[in-house]
Amino acid sequence: MSANEKITVLNPVGFAPKVARKAFAPRLETLNGKTVYLVDCRFDDSDLFLKQMQAWFAEHMPSVRTVFKPISSVYLVDDPTTWEEIRAKGDAAILGVGH
Amino acid sequence: MTVEATYGVPTVAMHTDKFDRVVRSVATVNGMPGLRQAFVPQPIMGKTAAQLRAYIDGTDPITGRPVMQEVIEGLTQPFNEGDLGPVEFDRSTPRLVEPDTADSLERLFLENRWTDMLPIVLPTEERVQAMLAGTRRKPDEIVGRMRSTHFREYWEYTVEKVAVNAVMAGARPEYLPVILALAASCVTARGSSSSAVAGMSFVNGPIRDEIGMNSGTGALGPYNHANATIGRAYGLLSQNLQGGSIPGLSYMGNQGNNYNYNSLTFAENEERSPWEPFHVQHGFQPTDSAVSVFSSCRATAFTLGLREKHWREHCANMLRGMDPHTPPVLLLDPIAARQFIDRGGFTKKDALIDWLYGTAKMSASEYWDYQLIQNYIYPRATFGEEPWASKLKAAPDELIPMFRREDIHVVVVGGETNGYWRIMGANYQKTVSIDEWR
Repeated sequence: MSANEKITVLNPVGFAPKVARKAFAPRLETLNGKTVYLVDCRFDDSDLFLKQMQAWFAEHMPSVRTVFKPISSVYLVDDPTTWEEIRAKGDAAILGVGH
Repeated sequence: MTVEATYGVPTVAMHTDKFDRVVRSVATVNGMPGLRQAFVPQPIMGKTAAQLRAYIDGTDPITGRPVMQEVIEGLTQPFNEGDLGPVEFDRSTPRLVEPDTADSLERLFLENRWTDMLPIVLPTEERVQAMLAGTRRKPDEIVGRMRSTHFREYWEYTVEKVAVNAVMAGARPEYLPVILALAASCVTARGSSSSAVAGMSFVNGPIRDEIGMNSGTGALGPYNHANATIGRAYGLLSQNLQGGSIPGLSYMGNQGNNYNYNSLTFAENEERSPWEPFHVQHGFQPTDSAVSVFSSCRATAFTLGLREKHWREHCANMLRGMDPHTPPVLLLDPIAARQFIDRGGFTKKDALIDWLYGTAKMSASEYWDYQLIQNYIYPRATFGEEPWASKLKAAPDELIPMFRREDIHVVVVGGETNGYWRIMGANYQKTVSIDEWR
């Protein structure tokens, strides 16, 4: 094979699944009078962070009701019980934090 | 994403800035490229309340805007057209790369991050065809699906795709059944965890001798063609078939892991082991060939032999040196294996594992304070999952097991040049038949 000879090689990359668009929830007009869940993913001191955020809301937006809510288990496990509670009792959610 | 898309609740996800690219990428491949996200500086862990409050009062390091403005607008500002339109980007993988010179292709493979940064063998059609002679399986047969982390999507791959990566690693066709079995495990050797994980794999059964694998002197080092290239192929196929392993995007290992170069691939020294082979422990016959796969390989402890007076304490010290989140896998030179029988009377491997389980203990207070235990075990314990829920009931000073017994493993490898042995921290995943991929 000469240095200038063109050769054909195979692509080593696997096959990606197709991506389907998922719908976003409608945004709120305002947070005033709404219930915002602060969802603790229980990773790398995320609880301490979200409690500080809860304090920020109390100081700066006291009309917003915040609920600090740790997920039931680890972040690797789906948590439909918690998601159902947020849908039933909350208006919005802030999830965090770790990575 | 689940709360937003499935439960219809407007959501903002908080992240640290080091994960900007990776979390946007994950949102995109999950069909939500416009997902509302806000960022604070890394790290969260270990910061005081005042420091965390400063993050919240400060600016988003990615956008430069106030963090709480990003959060509030994320929940209240309507989406624009671009966020709601169809996802349109080409994710098909062509079978061939555009023809070019060897030098240019080698550069392209490097630039595309299809290599481990070492020179590769270009996978020409002829070479891939020759590799495929190593199996009776058809080239277009699906082998499995793999992903780099829980949050990413699974990518699929065929026998031919595995063969391409085997060629790149410098493997020989007779190794292909082992490499296919590793691919069929669907366990990645290029996990994206920030903890910088590696795979570990070892082979049992007759194929070890058939392809000349090393289970003796230097088995874990770069001294045997089969060990070296099978392990390298496992790494290359993992990163390429799962859709990449790119720092900052699909790989977040903070320090990296040198074990990634060949995924600690070796053969068990069955002939010199005083116990039954590992694959026989897991349901295979001695005449079967199989490969066992471990993940999350990070920590190592080592010592020489077992001293008569304090061998128990020395072992306990080694076990206590491991992070309790990742269980111990003992890699014993045959000399050390026989010493465990001489010193402790462990004529069965199970008896040794029982002893290791009973020896690896620490106070409940110390155990629950480990960061990885807090991240991954404590939430499960509070959810009622055993055995951790029971451990939660222990008094702070009570000694509790660091590991679950079923997670502790013992393997014999080494050439008896001395009785050195080591403990790897790693998670056993599965043992896969190699014979099915011949």
